[in-house]
Amino acid sequence: MFRTLSEKVWERHVVRRAAGEPDLLYVDLHLVHEVTSPQAFEGLRLAKRPVRRPDLTLATMDHNVPTNDEPAEDISARQIEAMARNAREFGIRCYPMGDPNQGIVHVISPQLGLTQPGMTIVCGDSHTSTHGALGALAWGIGTSEIEHVLATQTIAQTKPGTMAVTVDGLLPADCAAKDVILGIIARIGTSGGTGNVIEYRGAAIRALSMEGRLTICNMSIEAGARAGMVAADDVTFSWLEGRPYAPKGAQWERALDDWRSLATDADAPFDRDVAIDASTLRPYVTWGTNPAQSVTIDGAVPDPDALPADARESAHRALRYQELAPGTAVRDIAVDAVFIGSCTNARLEDLRLASEVVRGRKVRSGLRALVVPGSMRVKADAEREGLDRIFLDAGFEWRDAGCSMCLGMNPDVLRPGERCASTSNRNFEGRQGPGGRTHLVSPTVAAATAIAGHFALPADL
Amino acid sequence: MEPTRVVSGRALPLGRANVDTDQIIPSHWLKRIERTGYAPGLFEAWRKDPSFVLNDDRYRGANILIAGANFGGGSSREHAVWALQEAGFRAVIAPTIADIFKSNAIKNGLIPVELRADTVSRLLAAVEADAKTVITVDVVLRTVAAPGVKASFPLAGFLQTQLLEGLDEIALTLRHEADIAAFETKRAEWLPRVR
Ligand code: SF4
Repeated sequence: MFRTLSEKVWERHVVRRAAGEPDLLYVDLHLVHEVTSPQAFEGLRLAKRPVRRPDLTLATMDHNVPTNDEPAEDISARQIEAMARNAREFGIRCYPMGDPNQGIVHVISPQLGLTQPGMTIVCGDSHTSTHGALGALAWGIGTSEIEHVLATQTIAQTKPGTMAVTVDGLLPADCAAKDVILGIIARIGTSGGTGNVIEYRGAAIRALSMEGRLTICNMSIEAGARAGMVAADDVTFSWLEGRPYAPKGAQWERALDDWRSLATDADAPFDRDVAIDASTLRPYVTWGTNPAQSVTIDGAVPDPDALPADARESAHRALRYQELAPGTAVRDIAVDAVFIGSCTNARLEDLRLASEVVRGRKVRSGLRALVVPGSMRVKADAEREGLDRIFLDAGFEWRDAGCSMCLGMNPDVLRPGERCASTSNRNFEGRQGPGGRTHLVSPTVAAATAIAGHFALPADL
Repeated sequence: MEPTRVVSGRALPLGRANVDTDQIIPSHWLKRIERTGYAPGLFEAWRKDPSFVLNDDRYRGANILIAGANFGGGSSREHAVWALQEAGFRAVIAPTIADIFKSNAIKNGLIPVELRADTVSRLLAAVEADAKTVITVDVVLRTVAAPGVKASFPLAGFLQTQLLEGLDEIALTLRHEADIAAFETKRAEWLPRVR
């Protein structure tokens, strides 16, 4: 029987299978953060249940935490304290604010080498799909499921479908992984992956760094997919080797053999197949209020009435919210803020790319520009390379790690009507603060836009 | 969780497609550590518009929400389900509903009903024409009925059982403790442990 990567990982985690029921799957790693977990811990307390495997559970604080020197306001502080208390009470390791390992949950786990090929990973956060970049099967769950995993280290799930997105060809030099995934979502839509695990394949995916693959898998959920995966290869192995939680010595060799065996069999069929030619991609900028509403930077805001019938109503509403007129050239759209951060694009490589663009230049006057590293380790690594100086000299703020302006739960929010070029993953109405307007872009475009004051490529500067 | 068999009542014709969970309950509401207190945040930004359908008195007391395609996409926040339930909703009808939202809904007894787009349009039209139109969602029969409309919706057997019996899923899984323990003895030795 020929099987795909996701099916192989699924099959080896089935604890129990019964006709007419979902499979009961074992969870290798459960990541926890302060926002979606308090009600789950409360449920355990009420039922007097312990956490089954504290040694397979890791908590951090990311969504809510301030990323400057200000203390958290009262209600956030209460949630942060609840996380610390729950971790203590249930014996879970937690990286709190100020810890050198603290950061966005999807940044710290791969960085520590905790995310490994073939694992099942869940977290009460939809962007758990990120971890699939290393060949893990990883997906977001709700609070009731968090409680179930804490209590049983398992989760009951119906088997998802399989979908291949094959990206071949050579990616243009001014495009990044972000442009690949925005291009994919533009093509398949916000529910193009619903019910499926997407496996990203093809020469253009193989050619990406681990950081780039993490960016792509991160946004699988933006296409509605249950998860996204890339088969482990030498890029994966050399990225993992030597990380704190990666296997060592003879175990490393055994792990390598095992991980190699997980790749999709040559003749395995997928339920759905999409092919994309990387050489046709361009840097993308979203104009609307969902991640599929995008055009290339060389394009213009579309006329909703020229779109397919089922996209019109959403497009009209989006343009009203974004206050954009059809036909406006993307490069003519001015922004008030630039946010370089989030679990999509706040790893070291992202900050390097952006710093190259801003080096020796100045942020457009009147524009607010923020760099929020994905983790405190990313921050420290970047500072070792002097990236902080480059950003600060250009007029960016240089922050501590957290989700920050990705979702506006801490004080980093857009004011109503403000327009932001953001390296995050969601341009929903109000995502970065009530009334705020978000345009998703790559770190390179975000950096060039900060300098130009309107959407731009480095070549435009 | 309370068992859910049949929901019958008036409906709110939201209609829009791609209603993400950030719209259903904005992120600043997620700072609460309780399971309750979310109703005032339901569709908070849209509610500021007096013409938003939730502000329309004719639909006060509706317990079924009708929306466009891809309802509940985006963030995994279960708070979206809690907010809808607290505001009185017992079922959501849409052409497609996002995976995580659907799963969260079932676990809380909110019925996710996926119907063909043209059926959803007919229900919307009926409710917009007459706000008193009564819609009945039957979990036992897996059907939706309204004057002139009768349709069935997909719902896997075990999900149906979950809704009908309101089971404690954790207790059910813990009955398979022996299977879980047996599985744990066979795991690869290199798999990471956090402590
Ligand atoms: S950075 Fe944004 S998308 Fe990522 S986990 Fe935080 S809030 Fe979610």
